[in-house]
Amino acid sequence: MGLYLAVVAGGFRRYATYGTATAAGVFTNTVFGFIVAYTYIALWDERPGLGGYDQAQALTFVWVSQSLLAAAALIGGGFQEELQERIRTGDIAVDLYRPADLQMWWLAADLGRAGFQLAGRGVLPLVAGALAFPLALPADPLRWLLFLVSVLLALVVSFALRYMVGLVAFWLMDGAGINVMATVASIFFSGMLLPLTVFPGGFGEFVRTLPWAAMLQVPMDVLLGKHAGAGGAAEALGFQAGWALVLLGTGRLLQSAATRKVVVQGG
Amino acid sequence: MAGAPRRGPALEGLRGYRLIVGMWIRSTMTYRTSFFLTTFGQAAITLLDFVAIYIMFSHVDALGGFTLPEIALLYGSCSASLGLADLLLGNTDRIGARIRDGSLDTMLVRPVPVLAQVAADRFALRRLGRIGQGLGVMGWAVWTLEVDWTAGKVLLVPVMVLAGAAIFGAVMVTGAAFQFVSGDAAEVQNSFTYGGCTMLQYPPTVFAKDLLRGVTFIVPLAFVNWLPALHVLGRPDPLGLPGWVAYLSPLVAFVVFLPASLAWRAGVRSYRSTGS
Repeated sequence: MGLYLAVVAGGFRRYATYGTATAAGVFTNTVFGFIVAYTYIALWDERPGLGGYDQAQALTFVWVSQSLLAAAALIGGGFQEELQERIRTGDIAVDLYRPADLQMWWLAADLGRAGFQLAGRGVLPLVAGALAFPLALPADPLRWLLFLVSVLLALVVSFALRYMVGLVAFWLMDGAGINVMATVASIFFSGMLLPLTVFPGGFGEFVRTLPWAAMLQVPMDVLLGKHAGAGGAAEALGFQAGWALVLLGTGRLLQSAATRKVVVQGG
Repeated sequence: MAGAPRRGPALEGLRGYRLIVGMWIRSTMTYRTSFFLTTFGQAAITLLDFVAIYIMFSHVDALGGFTLPEIALLYGSCSASLGLADLLLGNTDRIGARIRDGSLDTMLVRPVPVLAQVAADRFALRRLGRIGQGLGVMGWAVWTLEVDWTAGKVLLVPVMVLAGAAIFGAVMVTGAAFQFVSGDAAEVQNSFTYGGCTMLQYPPTVFAKDLLRGVTFIVPLAFVNWLPALHVLGRPDPLGLPGWVAYLSPLVAFVVFLPASLAWRAGVRSYRSTGS
């Protein structure tokens, strides 16, 4: 356990050294926040209450999305390319000899990364958004606590999916293609382009059951108080935890299949 | 001195660019499945922006007073312009990484202009995906829209895409030059290119006037597609500019390359190797 905590701290510190990149990221998230916020205002002016949100809630959705985007690696980024590079070069063999579980190791490193990006790239855009637009941020500390738990689960689900994407390199050698497809799915099905509650009819209901919903839509609804009462919150967090367990489990199966395949070339 | 005819630096640069691009294309084609997947994925990622707009229009008839085909014209043209600029110059944003790891030094001693090398660095043919997708949506828009086509308007559509690509290209070169000062800040550049394109795919009526002034007179992104497209659609410019400014895009593209190339030269001249 101590080992993994050290890896978390290492992941955090590693990203904390990229000061300029973080500042550039804050700038980018803020610029995008403004652009999307104006389009949402136009949309919600036309259709008040769309997707079950009033305009302030829709704007909150925009700005909190921008804050979570880097942490949950919704538009790419994260560790999977590094893992693929280690698989391609054969360095993965060294990792497999380490007295640590491969999946847990990468989870710890990715949570460290996400933790830094949540603090470094998450807070300032949200503050900028709150200053420029009327947001519906809750005053209830319990709601914020639930939100943070939900964000943590979102990060684990995001990791579990990307871990499988990374492992695909054992079979495909070059991961670029599968990475792009994974990013396509996460951009569209997480709610980042448009809240999933705005997706029409049966298709909307379907996308809200997919794991990507656990990465953005669910934490957002927890923050906005869409899951009222203890039962509602338990249902939302349970949905995320369920996907986290299923995906981590599938990742383990994939990992053991992959490591049986490893042939270390001497040289 | 008599000898082989000397080519000008511009021709030399183009030749170097072509050779490096050829090398990267051959290297990309080694993993053919991956190439087709990434090209398709690139088209799909950008197409999803349009799907989101399409879903919006399942709830409303107009956004900022514009209909879906009208927005499709904005969306498609800006997507094609950005894709084109991205294909030709997009990897200039890797210069920050090159400065950090010291590999820019190698480029400085090669007999090819640095800008050509940086622009061709890791040339990504998969970016054809975005261009194709943008042109497709734009084609649908042109087909569906009821426009009083005049010769000027017909000419304006391809000019808009090419001039738009040049304006985005100038922004990319300026952004790359900025990285000599700022270190690894590729994302700032992305706010103006990708962020700019996200903005330009919606009608200008959606945004605050100050923002419109900024992207018309400071970073002239409005010339990428807003002003020409408004003219094609026969709609007034929210800032009240006269109709003929729609035809200024090529001139604007030419003008913005001046500060961009000056910034680039200043950047290269100020470069101090990290020594690694």
